[in-house]
Amino acid sequence: MDKIVVENLSLKYSDGTESLFNINMNIKANLITALIGPAGGGKSTFLRMMNRLNDLADVKEVTGKVLIDGENVLDPDIDVIALRRKVGIVFSRPLPLPLTIYQNLTYGLELAGEKRRSVLDEAVERSLKLAELWDEVSDRLKDPASALSGGQKQRLCLARSLVLEPEIILLDEPTSALDPVATAKIENSLVELKKQYTILIAPHNTQQAGRIADDVAFFLQGKLIEFGPTEIIYTRPTDQRTQDYITGKFG
Amino acid sequence: MSRYQEKSVHRQLLFEKAGFSILTVLTILTVLPIIAVVIYVIVLGSSAISWDFIFEMPMDGMRAGGIWPAIVGTFYLTLGTAIFSVPLGVAAAIYLSEYAADNQVTRTIRLAIINLAGIPSVVYGLFGLGLFVIFLNFGTSILSASLTLSIMTLPVIISTTEEALSAVPQSFRVVSVSLGATKWQTIRRMVLPQALPGILTGIVLGLERAAGETAPILFTGAAFFLPRLPNSPLDATMALPYHLFVISTQVPGMPIQIQYGTVMVLLFFVLIMNLIVTVIRSRARARRQW
Ligand SMILES: Nc1ncnc2c1ncn2[C@@H]1O[C@H](COP(=O)(O)OP(=O)(O)O)[C@@H](O)[C@H]1O
Ligand SMILES: [Mg+2]
Repeated sequence: MDKIVVENLSLKYSDGTESLFNINMNIKANLITALIGPAGGGKSTFLRMMNRLNDLADVKEVTGKVLIDGENVLDPDIDVIALRRKVGIVFSRPLPLPLTIYQNLTYGLELAGEKRRSVLDEAVERSLKLAELWDEVSDRLKDPASALSGGQKQRLCLARSLVLEPEIILLDEPTSALDPVATAKIENSLVELKKQYTILIAPHNTQQAGRIADDVAFFLQGKLIEFGPTEIIYTRPTDQRTQDYITGKFG
Repeated sequence: MSRYQEKSVHRQLLFEKAGFSILTVLTILTVLPIIAVVIYVIVLGSSAISWDFIFEMPMDGMRAGGIWPAIVGTFYLTLGTAIFSVPLGVAAAIYLSEYAADNQVTRTIRLAIINLAGIPSVVYGLFGLGLFVIFLNFGTSILSASLTLSIMTLPVIISTTEEALSAVPQSFRVVSVSLGATKWQTIRRMVLPQALPGILTGIVLGLERAAGETAPILFTGAAFFLPRLPNSPLDATMALPYHLFVISTQVPGMPIQIQYGTVMVLLFFVLIMNLIVTVIRSRARARRQW
């Protein structure tokens, strides 16, 4: 089933760069879809369109549609706050808020009006377990989040996006600042999480996409060059540029 | 390691040591005059300090008695200035830093604010005389003087607050918004608490200047000699800096220890403001979790 349907999506930043050019893509529910391609290809821009985080950036012009469950989220009249609760995001650098571990997780819930202590406690535990961090921090939830290691911070950020019970999770090179062990933990969580969520990830290299992605989209200079199941894209791509990128001829 | 490398490392260390010593000497040279002034004031003024000097009305053409009305007056003026300038200044800074588009108009306003901070204080005094005392008919009063001091203080509060706000990493704002916060929620829950220590510093810097200024209150609210406490914001009042000016230049046969005693009280007043803010600031820092 298609969770996200992108139709003729184009985007220009105010400096005139055309960062997305006529993208058409159907993203399926409960799969991991990876966006690969060299830096500057538009992967981050594309991800930030899904939850309208680009509203904060200097965007000059957007055309086309992004339909999530049939609703065009680029429509200026939609409830962006609700959209951002439905579409969570994890950034490339682990960015805990300057609060305690517990407060990092309850921040979004409290904004949503949740005050009941028991509900908050439960949500914190559930999301930390989903991000496979519970065992490591359950006895020090009141510690500042800054005291965690890099890998723990990033799993906290993953838990923080899960706490709002989203349907889609965006991950923009979530492991680029992590060592292989911490990376493996995140990857394992994601594979587990896709049963309940639709996952869109810009992996930090092609190997990572190969390990966890069901579908792969290859972005080059704002264009979607090729999109399909991972094994097809990785073994017999139709476009020479995809072939070159995956075999490491450029990147 | 080759001889050449050894030599250059040695030289670098020497340079570093020399540079460090020069900086130390410069620091001492900067602090020394401040310490000297404070000691000088204490030596000459401490003999005047007594319960009566602080809590009594001035007597005998201000050559005896106390300075209580001036202390109370300066307290009211500082409080009045804070009431007007802090909310307005912080709000303006939030608007400029978080909401205003980064265009020519905003840049011009910002430049104007920086320039306002450099205007001589007597100009504010004359402006306050024209606007508050005469045109708005508030008379020579605490109200007029506080408003005048507020206008003088605003640029300081606005620019330091803006600086404190922009020092909060942009990434916190992005994360907050991505978790379903509105812009205002992000400012109130994320940005302001982080910027609070810097904002408080700016407020105190501004208010300290207001507490010590003579020129802006000269025509707008300060009384030469008024041996009673003000009853309403529309009363004129004595104030420490103006009182000091008066007893140092306008009253013949003034005992020197009374002048320096008054200076000591003014210094003490400012010191207390600093102290209060240092405490609030360190509390805010301790609550800050990063
Ligand atoms: N906030 C922004 N403002 C202006 N240009 C941007 C912004 N973010 C990205 N770009 C530009 O858009 C293009 C695509 O960038 P990005 O989406 O970050 O690609 P990727 O994530 O694939 O590296 C680049 O040319 C980049 O310079
Ligand atoms: Mg990117």
